[in-house]
Amino acid sequence: MLAHRCEGETAEEPVERLGAAAAAWWERHAGGVQRNGTLVLTLARDRAELDRFARRSRGHRVVDAEGIASLEPDLAGRAGSGLFFAEEAHLSPRVALETLRLRLADRGVRLHREAPAARPEWTVDARGLAARDCLPDLRGVRGEMLVLRCADLALSRPVRLLHPRIPLYIVPRGNGVFMLGATMVESDRRGKVTVRSVLELLSAAYALHPAFGEAEILETGADARPAFPDNLPRLRRRGRTLFANGLYRHGFLLAPALAGMLADHLERGIRPEFMDQDIDGEVTA
Amino acid sequence: MPVFYGVEVGSALMLGTAQYPSPATLAGAFRSSGAGVATVSLRREAGGGQDFWALVEGLGTRVLPNTAGCHSVKEAVTTAHMAREVFGTRWIKLEVIGHADTLQPDVVALLEAARILSEDGFDVFPYCTEDLTVCGRLVDAGCRVLMPWGAPIGSGLGLNNPYGLRSLRAHFPEVPLVVDAGIGLPSHAAQAMEMGFDAVLLNTAVAKAGDPVAMARAFALAIEAGRAACLADPMPARDMAAPSTPVIGKAFLS
Repeated sequence: MLAHRCEGETAEEPVERLGAAAAAWWERHAGGVQRNGTLVLTLARDRAELDRFARRSRGHRVVDAEGIASLEPDLAGRAGSGLFFAEEAHLSPRVALETLRLRLADRGVRLHREAPAARPEWTVDARGLAARDCLPDLRGVRGEMLVLRCADLALSRPVRLLHPRIPLYIVPRGNGVFMLGATMVESDRRGKVTVRSVLELLSAAYALHPAFGEAEILETGADARPAFPDNLPRLRRRGRTLFANGLYRHGFLLAPALAGMLADHLERGIRPEFMDQDIDGEVTA
Repeated sequence: MPVFYGVEVGSALMLGTAQYPSPATLAGAFRSSGAGVATVSLRREAGGGQDFWALVEGLGTRVLPNTAGCHSVKEAVTTAHMAREVFGTRWIKLEVIGHADTLQPDVVALLEAARILSEDGFDVFPYCTEDLTVCGRLVDAGCRVLMPWGAPIGSGLGLNNPYGLRSLRAHFPEVPLVVDAGIGLPSHAAQAMEMGFDAVLLNTAVAKAGDPVAMARAFALAIEAGRAACLADPMPARDMAAPSTPVIGKAFLS
């Protein structure tokens, strides 16, 4: 999901501002970006959640039952009102990364799985949570997701279901495949998905549409997102190493902006917005 | 300031640490409010929550670990032991949930868990209802603090049963009482303090506010005002008007 507007509901200001350019970047470099917006819904008894979300986000318009049915015919009658964020987009992350890798290879970039023997002029360390040995304020935030196949349902865009306990998003991947995500647990455990998380995600999806009851579970996934205390990314420089980390749940949304800042710093010496420590690790912002 | 198990805390505001937009916002809410106690859950984070727990300990506030998410005596007792190991404290906020939709406490299991933990040297803070009998039994089981709900957890409905809470205050004048759960607005917290409660515990009302840092401060002010009002012995309410200036001699009949 490239959902800078929806994420702006709780995220710090740079997420919405810098995330706005992500869809265009991914389209240019990887393709496959679908600009169909995001539909945000609640179940009838959680209607107050929709009002709260509307107050704290921008770039949406209210849609009634008819509007929901015209955007997503298969969700007709499932909700009386919702919010439509027309500017948002989605892509298939795995396809996008593979395309990016192939295009880099076409330009002569070689990928290695081991550290090169020769010491490079610059090292960009983007190891995520594994870089905690160098970045002590990095923490893990566990996320769990499911991939389903549901032949009885077609969606054109990501749908977010607001719920006070179990917020959920469903992203269509095409061919009846959907990604359901994602839990947020303050834990760096990377093991398998838990029964509770699967129950919650599936019951929320089932409440959105009973057709999910007959879906196949293709895949479950769990991992820990790397995050700093304000959940914003950082670029930190120690000698000839630049650490790029802390993208939290905004990897695809903020990676283009972070990579751009990194390149600007290396090539032109521009101080990045996300640099809070200087060469010796001294706090500067 | 409230005294729990012989420890005086710096504020009657007890603040939960869940659901904030980020740990930085969480820390800001504690700074702006001066909250006296930070509650933290262990159940779901078990096996990987060390980083977050370290952040909570870094708030510089006394930590009250809880057994949120536990549905049985065994789960709650195990979680309490884990909390004692992790945070090095005998304090435990004991929650045993009995109803999935309303998150009402299972008071039968709560009593049993409270007895087991008290005998094992824990200082138990039981999340309970305002039922006088249940509260009496919790005190018999060794609890020296009672934490009745105001309304279901996360509902923001305020004090659903003011009569019951007043009655509880009157029946347990010596036991520190904390309204836990259901608080949505600073006025709800002020109301509890005006009734003579010793403290208020809340989480969602701050964490899910548009500006949690500002809301935490609003709660701190309301709690201070409510406590001051209680100590100042409020006037009784009455149905008939009582002018504050004499009307005899004024042309009030003209």
